[in-house]
Amino acid sequence: MTTPTPAVSGRRLTPSRLRISDVFSVGSSGLRTRVTRTALSALGITIGIAAMVGVLGISESSRADLQAQIAALGTNLLTVTPSGGFGGGDGALPADAVATVSRVGPVERVADVVQLESAVLRNDLVNENETGGVTAMAADLDLLATLNGEVAVGSWLNEATAQTPTVVLGAVTAERLGIVEVSQGAMILIGGEWFTVIGVLEAFPLAADLDRGALIGKPIAEELFESDLSSSALYLRTNPDQIDAVRAVLGTTVDPQSPDEVSISRPSELLEAQDATESAFTNLFLGLGAVSLLVGGVGIANVMVIAVIERRNEIGLRRAMGATRAHIRHQFLTEALLLSALGGLAGVALGVAVTAGYAGTQGWDVVVPPLAMVGGLVSALVIGAIAGLYPAMRAARMAPTEALRAA
Amino acid sequence: MSPRKALELTDAVKEYAGTPPVRALDGVSLTIEQGELAAIVGPSGSGKSTMLHVMGTLDRPTSGRVSIDGQEVSSLGDRKLSAVRSQLIGFVFQQFFLIDGMTALDNVANGLLYAGVPKRTRRYSAAEALVSVGLGHRLTHQPNQLSGGERQRVAIARAIVHKPAIVLADEPTGNLDSTSSEAILELIHQLHRAGSTIVVITHDVDVANALPRQIAVRDGRIEHDVRRSDQPISRTATVGHDSVVTT
Ligand SMILES: Nc1ncnc2c1ncn2[C@@H]1O[C@H](COP(=O)(O)OP(=O)(O)OP(=O)(O)O)[C@@H](O)[C@H]1O
Ligand SMILES: [Mg+2]
Repeated sequence: MTTPTPAVSGRRLTPSRLRISDVFSVGSSGLRTRVTRTALSALGITIGIAAMVGVLGISESSRADLQAQIAALGTNLLTVTPSGGFGGGDGALPADAVATVSRVGPVERVADVVQLESAVLRNDLVNENETGGVTAMAADLDLLATLNGEVAVGSWLNEATAQTPTVVLGAVTAERLGIVEVSQGAMILIGGEWFTVIGVLEAFPLAADLDRGALIGKPIAEELFESDLSSSALYLRTNPDQIDAVRAVLGTTVDPQSPDEVSISRPSELLEAQDATESAFTNLFLGLGAVSLLVGGVGIANVMVIAVIERRNEIGLRRAMGATRAHIRHQFLTEALLLSALGGLAGVALGVAVTAGYAGTQGWDVVVPPLAMVGGLVSALVIGAIAGLYPAMRAARMAPTEALRAA
Repeated sequence: MSPRKALELTDAVKEYAGTPPVRALDGVSLTIEQGELAAIVGPSGSGKSTMLHVMGTLDRPTSGRVSIDGQEVSSLGDRKLSAVRSQLIGFVFQQFFLIDGMTALDNVANGLLYAGVPKRTRRYSAAEALVSVGLGHRLTHQPNQLSGGERQRVAIARAIVHKPAIVLADEPTGNLDSTSSEAILELIHQLHRAGSTIVVITHDVDVANALPRQIAVRDGRIEHDVRRSDQPISRTATVGHDSVVTT
């Protein structure tokens, strides 16, 4: 290597360098001049990310709604039924069940219902066999409060109406009987006696059996139908901290002789289980989103390979202007990253929009987990980096003279 | 003080692999002084473009030395060579190679991009360069809104915007009609008068004859090297085969 003599040596050379602020504009120049292609090639990533964010958003919104519902209904409700199940044969709880259970310390409220054999009919023209699925029940006045239930129209039973032939219908019963109004003094037949409908209840999410009930007061039930009212189901609220302890002793408390014949459930657990079944669908859609993301990545790699071939002359020119191999590599890598970031951002926006749209139709609050949004963007960028790597290396490896050859 | 050498080739050989291998440069020695305007002329396939690539550090000679502005470059790596190109050399190509979708101003400003010059300074210098090539009124035009002659002017502005030690032009009038060609040649003369060192590669003898110095190439060798003026040609290396110096 010959050293230049200082006398003739020219300027001091500084290394080729591309300012950080320029890396971005150089990397985006290819995209800005090919808007349609940019949009189309980012579409795969957009769809993939939108599917993933949307599915996660929808399932999270639905879960949040369910949690809110459960919280509103309370998780401290326990249901006690005879082992045969609600309405399962002649199984009934011991007559003094309500009294013994209410003596358990942490139990805050207890209410029971008694299933009656009497048929419920809209009027005397309807055949008894045609009103299947609707059951007459005698209910505690405390029932509604214990279950956090709501009255849809009319009113709940009180001390006075519990003694008279008046009835409050469960949500399903009202629908089956075609009763939406109570002000007109609608009447139905229970066990051959006319009862005035004074109220219709909202559905009980924690006690769906009651939705099919026609609820009358215990005094009138005793008077008209059965003298011995033994509970068919017990609903009780406990101190939330001691629910497990209560649950453990409830069997022997209700029926010391045969605790096995008593079944105890916690309805909020059933609602929570609903969550788990939904996650199977979530996983399916996440998988589809991942496949779409992969296809989107391949699309970006494809577009970038084409861009490198098409823009050979530009690469040669930039090399002639002093770009190093690394500068060329960074340019195309940046371009791929920008492409995937654009796709990812659009995908997140679309996913949030889909979530908002669906949640709107369901009346849910919109909840999109931040992790899904950040994760969506990050995975788009990772895919973009992988997709851009090979084309960028190829562009950087190209010899300047080769790149400058007329196309 | 003797004028600084803008460019010096010493016994440069470039062989392309193949059967048989092609010796596109066959031991070329040549000096371009600072402020010179020279033509490299020769028939198609004589090795002109190869010579320009070697001179411009776009390609390495198989053997021999290349020095630019007094700096030996033949042993430098990619990063150093890129630095040489970003600051010491300006290229003009037959096909202009302007980037589509970018204004004339930004195309010219790109000439300073890899020297790490801030954007505002780049644009300012680019506007100056465009004015100096007579395109002060076309700053915001896109390449596809310019005539061929105007495009080549933009390309020339880009080649001089960083004030290189030498401008290498490969068939700068090759894609232009005769009127535009003359105008471009006039611009080249004008830049030369203003002090630029320029090497023009051409297969057109008339173009070559219009320049102060003609270096005729054939089969990868210098056939003759003529200066129109009466001064003798100063040559630091005289290793070239068949190099004839006539006056
Ligand atoms: N990359 C290459 N691989 C192999 N041979 C090459 C390559 N580039 C040029 N050559 C050969 O080298 C010789 C000189 O080519 P060069 O391009 O330098 O000629 P030129 O004088 O520029 O011709 P033109 O006026 O047609 O542009 C030719 O014989 C050509 O075929
Ligand atoms: Mg050529």
